[in-house]
Amino acid sequence: MSDPHDWAPSVPAVPDKRPSREHVLAALKATDEGDPNLVQLLTPEGERVSDPRFDHFAGDVDSAALQELYRDMVLVRRFDREANALQRQGQLGIWVPLLGQEAAQIGAGRAMQPQDMVFPSYREHGVAWTRGIDPTELLGIFRGTDHGGWDPLATRFHLYTIVIGNQCLNATGYAMGQRFEGRVGNAVGAGDDGSMNEATVCFFGDGATSQGDVHEGFVWAAVYDAPVVFYCQNNQWAISEPTERQSRVPLYKRAAGYGFPGVRVDGNDVLACLAVTRWALEECRTGNGPVLVEAFTYRMDAHTTSDDPSRYRLADELELWKLKDPIERVRVNLVREHAVGQEFFADVQAESDALAARFREHCLQMPPPAPDRMFANVYAEGSPTIDAQRAEYLAYLESFEPEGSLAGAGGEGV
Amino acid sequence: MTVLTMAKALNDGLRAAMERDPKVLVMGEDVGKLGGVFRVTDGLQKDFGEQRVLDTPLAESGIIGTAVGLAIRGFRPVCEIQFDGFVFPGFDQIVSQLAKLHFRSQGKVRMPVVVRIPFGGGIGAVEHHSESPESLFAHVAGLKVVACSNPADAYWMIQQAIDCDDPVIFFEPKRRYWEKAEVDLDAAPPPLFASRVARAGSTLTLAGYGPVLRTCLEAATAAEADGHDIEVIDLRALSPLDLGPVIESVRRTGRLVVVSEAPSEASVTAEVAARVQEQCFHSLEAPVIRVTGFDTPYPPSKCEEDYLPDLDRVLDAVDRSLAW
Ligand SMILES: Cc1ncc(C[n+]2csc(CCOP(=O)(O)OP(=O)(O)O)c2C)c(N)n1
Ligand SMILES: [Mg+2]
Repeated sequence: MSDPHDWAPSVPAVPDKRPSREHVLAALKATDEGDPNLVQLLTPEGERVSDPRFDHFAGDVDSAALQELYRDMVLVRRFDREANALQRQGQLGIWVPLLGQEAAQIGAGRAMQPQDMVFPSYREHGVAWTRGIDPTELLGIFRGTDHGGWDPLATRFHLYTIVIGNQCLNATGYAMGQRFEGRVGNAVGAGDDGSMNEATVCFFGDGATSQGDVHEGFVWAAVYDAPVVFYCQNNQWAISEPTERQSRVPLYKRAAGYGFPGVRVDGNDVLACLAVTRWALEECRTGNGPVLVEAFTYRMDAHTTSDDPSRYRLADELELWKLKDPIERVRVNLVREHAVGQEFFADVQAESDALAARFREHCLQMPPPAPDRMFANVYAEGSPTIDAQRAEYLAYLESFEPEGSLAGAGGEGV
Repeated sequence: MTVLTMAKALNDGLRAAMERDPKVLVMGEDVGKLGGVFRVTDGLQKDFGEQRVLDTPLAESGIIGTAVGLAIRGFRPVCEIQFDGFVFPGFDQIVSQLAKLHFRSQGKVRMPVVVRIPFGGGIGAVEHHSESPESLFAHVAGLKVVACSNPADAYWMIQQAIDCDDPVIFFEPKRRYWEKAEVDLDAAPPPLFASRVARAGSTLTLAGYGPVLRTCLEAATAAEADGHDIEVIDLRALSPLDLGPVIESVRRTGRLVVVSEAPSEASVTAEVAARVQEQCFHSLEAPVIRVTGFDTPYPPSKCEEDYLPDLDRVLDAVDRSLAW
């Protein structure tokens, strides 16, 4: 576990009690590059480097598995870009791009088992992909036809949470339930598939770490030994606010104060994200949770399609991070160390174009919700107030329409 | 006279208040360098510095709670909540401290804090970005709640709210931010906690506030063609309500339709209806009719045309009232 006092950066000693802005910045970025505290298995240049603590957790990733991770990232990036374009063409109200965070999400997502539960924020399209949620199911949120098209219980991928930090407490409660039901710390015998042990992964951003709900989630998880991996994608920005608006210390070091381990991983390194998350999940499943993982990455696009980052950040920063692209380093590694040929990359490219086409087609054909959609499912047991409002509203609509044309326009469950 | 959008009018109002009083602070998420997601605080940090325009950490409880502390210390914080649906992490601080400190301290501690909240729907946004939570605040003793509906009011009301020694929850109709109107920067404004007759009339009274005020005015214009002379009242102050002009109007017209985007149960519109029937019982020719959002969560945006009270729904209520 990291010592909470060792965060002082490699710049001259702090002159007085109050660290300068430069000290804070240096500390926050201290482990970005070339620092032993940053877990990295694939360098930005595509070289496989070893990490004695985490190598083991990526030991089974052979050429075929690495190709799968590459494929995941390319496909996810492709539909993310398509969604951005659809928004620009007025087909979506807004899109929340994940560009640059493919490795952080695919690495974490592919580390999970089917029995694990996920609580995403709103940018986790890559994690959704790994839970088997078709990208088209994300569209309703952004086109405004629903608040999430998938079944959160069946997919074990909770609905997106937009209110920053809320999901950290929900995830912790879910994980407490996993523990209360005896789904952690069970011995895995020969012939067992290990699925009797579960964990929960909670996704949130650097900005979210300031919210009370996130702190309370840390406290609860620690007190109840909840099997939850707090997975913070530090993409350096909370809309226009850089991480130093949220913290003086690197975020992963906060875990120490709550009494559980915190690890910073190169969030643009899919292999390292996979390995570190596998480790964190194993800790949780064996009863050693919670764990905080800080995936150090970068938001390569605007906060959302409504945002204009040129108002608050420099293009230089973006250029620097382009050199650390999560997909390119895997491509280079596959070519250099696994002799993967051009055909594979061309196939993935073709597959991604087909996915984008299907995604677009689906978006353009999405029907608007029936007019009484909003009255459905407000309560599990119904409400006479809502029933009356629904009836009154449908009667009102009928008054505009030729007789009977609205019949069958929805009902409960629309 | 100057032509301003509501967003710019608020910006100018904030600037004027900050120039007048060095204790006025602006604080919130993305209000500094970005100028707020709606640009209402655009340029203020550049001109007044980071100590007066604070890009705070991402926590609404923190924003309100520290504003309370700053107010105890003599500052006049203006807090921005980025969207209506995000005020709730700060609701505890608003209800437990901000609203009650003056009462608890027997008047020794004042809370001149403004909480600005862009509210309401109609912008095609995702969840939590289109809500109308004003009734929750109007229900809390110790808070004053206002809503502006046009650039001139926005310009004056924000300054009056900052000058007020009580906490003011200040609702801004986000879908009207970019609508322009003439603002007379020299005219003496009406008091902050006063409703206002926006259009005089004699056959029916139409009362509303915030984003629907324009809808009410459009309804009055449309009804003119049918020979109806509708009076429109902008409530402006939601707590304390200023129902004097409404009561006076209803005594003349005998009919009241109240419009709001918020759900109707236990709401500001319910309060207006209750008080008007108490005080105008003998003048009423028809029951008070309310046109509101439904008692459902704000729906996905493709349903918002159905959810929001629009011109047709207001006119339908006007017809029903007149036909009574
Ligand atoms: C409670 C709450 N306050 C404010 C917002 C508006 N908002 C949306 S995203 C965001 C920044 C989040 O930053 P971070 O946690 O770093 O996540 P990222 O968007 O970078 O993935 C803000 C302030 C919100 N959604 N919820
Ligand atoms: Mg961020």
